[in-house]
Amino acid sequence: MKAAKKPWVFNKVGPIPNALISALFIALALGTLLPLVFVVVISFSSEASIVAKGYSFIPMEWSTAAYDYLLDTSNYIGRAFVNSIGITITGTLLGLMLISTLGYTISRPSFRLRGVYTAFIFIPMMFSGGLVSTYMVNTQVFGLKNTYLALILPGACSTWYAIIMRTFFQTTIPDSIIESGKIDGASQLRIFVRLVLPISLPVIATIGLFLTFAYWNAWYGAMLYLDSSHRDLYPLQYVLVSIQNSISFMARNEEYFTSEITKTIPTESSRMAIVTVVVLPIACSYPFFQRYFINGLTIGAVKG
Amino acid sequence: MHRAAATRSLSASAKPRRRGLGLLLDDFELILLSLPSILWYLAFCYAPLFGLVIAFKNYKVAPGKGFLYSLFVRSKWVGFKNFEFLFKSPDVAIIFRNTIGYNLAFILIGLVLPVTLAILISQVHSSRLAKGCQTAMFLPHFLSWVVVSYFVYAFLATDRGLINSLLKSVGGETITWYQRPEYWPFILVFLNTWKTVGYSMVVYLASITGIDQSLYESAVIDGATKWQQVKGITLPMLRPIISILFIMNVGHIFSSDFGLFYHATRDSGSLSAVTQTIDVYVYKALMERSNYAYASASGLMQSVLGCVMIVASNYIVKRIDPESGFF
Repeated sequence: MKAAKKPWVFNKVGPIPNALISALFIALALGTLLPLVFVVVISFSSEASIVAKGYSFIPMEWSTAAYDYLLDTSNYIGRAFVNSIGITITGTLLGLMLISTLGYTISRPSFRLRGVYTAFIFIPMMFSGGLVSTYMVNTQVFGLKNTYLALILPGACSTWYAIIMRTFFQTTIPDSIIESGKIDGASQLRIFVRLVLPISLPVIATIGLFLTFAYWNAWYGAMLYLDSSHRDLYPLQYVLVSIQNSISFMARNEEYFTSEITKTIPTESSRMAIVTVVVLPIACSYPFFQRYFINGLTIGAVKG
Repeated sequence: MHRAAATRSLSASAKPRRRGLGLLLDDFELILLSLPSILWYLAFCYAPLFGLVIAFKNYKVAPGKGFLYSLFVRSKWVGFKNFEFLFKSPDVAIIFRNTIGYNLAFILIGLVLPVTLAILISQVHSSRLAKGCQTAMFLPHFLSWVVVSYFVYAFLATDRGLINSLLKSVGGETITWYQRPEYWPFILVFLNTWKTVGYSMVVYLASITGIDQSLYESAVIDGATKWQQVKGITLPMLRPIISILFIMNVGHIFSSDFGLFYHATRDSGSLSAVTQTIDVYVYKALMERSNYAYASASGLMQSVLGCVMIVASNYIVKRIDPESGFF
């Protein structure tokens, strides 16, 4: 009888399995965070320590020289930081605009072209033009080579996010609200902006976060559409890619490089300092946003 | 007057009565509202579909003319010649083997490990500890492969890497990791698992916590053991989400995570036999060798096969469990 009353207490694993499972998860969590800690430690190690001891969790000498270097070359890396922020903000706002209007449109049961629209946005999910023709069309027809737009536009909308929006609008916005707007003679645009958006903040926040993280982490667009002659357009992630490339290139062709050129490539610790600058905003903010990601997933999983 | 308009719009949305293609004002407003998105789809999803003809052309750039002129006027139709060339090259077998092989490993591990971990973590007594570990393990999901490649480098670098330092300190030989293809299948599988397991675990955990607790209550009353509860309640309840993720993964069996195979390996030439996948190959054919024939032919093949896989796996899952299909 007692078991029937409070089964969730009695349905727990015993103390020893609990201790084992807990230990396993502590180990996994540490294993996940360790590389990040390692990179941060390297970024604060002195160059001499790295040369003598290699990368180490306990450097012989701590130093902030790497960060001084980053501030010093502000015209290149500082610019990249500003680019990353600008691209992230613009892309997120544009993406939210596209995704929410599309999601709202296909959520209206009375919409005559609903079936056509749904097929229209599902087809690209099944079949894509592939890299070559996408690249050709974007560079040759739209002229996006070496522009900020190349880093913003192609990733702005997504069928998957539009479906999440649609499901949210269908399940949480009462039809009566939209009907009352109609009765007052408001247009759909007005209803969407004045009535629907204000009560849709949870899903706007979720998709906005998805987009923010996606834009902040994006490098593929820069790899495709930016030439090395347009360094001023580089986002931070692509700075990391180009540093990596130039280092492997130098390693392969060591004899051709004078100290003059090697000087322009950041030192060991400052490379890791750039990584830290990229990662820290994410690492500090994602624990607070985590639940939106989980919510977004469960909303999206509901089939409409 | 006003009321008449109101009832008309009410009845229109409640019970659509239209003839033919007749669109109401309401429909036009919605079309206008979604116009930017539709234009986006036309430009970035549908325009490239027309560019696919490049795979059936001997693409030649017409100097001074636009891409469309070069493609449709200047370049000759060659039928399936590009595919023939591609299949004669020895690379094809390798890139397809790598792409499918790694994906099979990822799918298998990505199914068994996160489900197991999700069930285990749902049993941890301290919910604060469970939350903390979950949050920590979620972190890699938010990192790009470029960033992760630097993490990897910190461990595997030949002269400074932590692993070689440890090997040296115990008197072992150092290993030039980025030159030794025999290790990379394991390293790549490990990296992919490291990056995705926390996220998948959270997805499954969200489903587990959504299971009606009364099911477990009655199971406990009937004297079910933990293992019986997992087998009889948890796994069957997880089946829809497992099926959906499975379809999506199998549908993507011909695509690969470019960042993992290109950046994490530092694009090292000596590893290419085990790290080159279709996406890496297409990228290199396009950007480094300007070999449009190979790049477009293999890209189109990837798209077609991917589409077939999505439809087929959806069909199979629906046959097994009609509730779990994706569309």
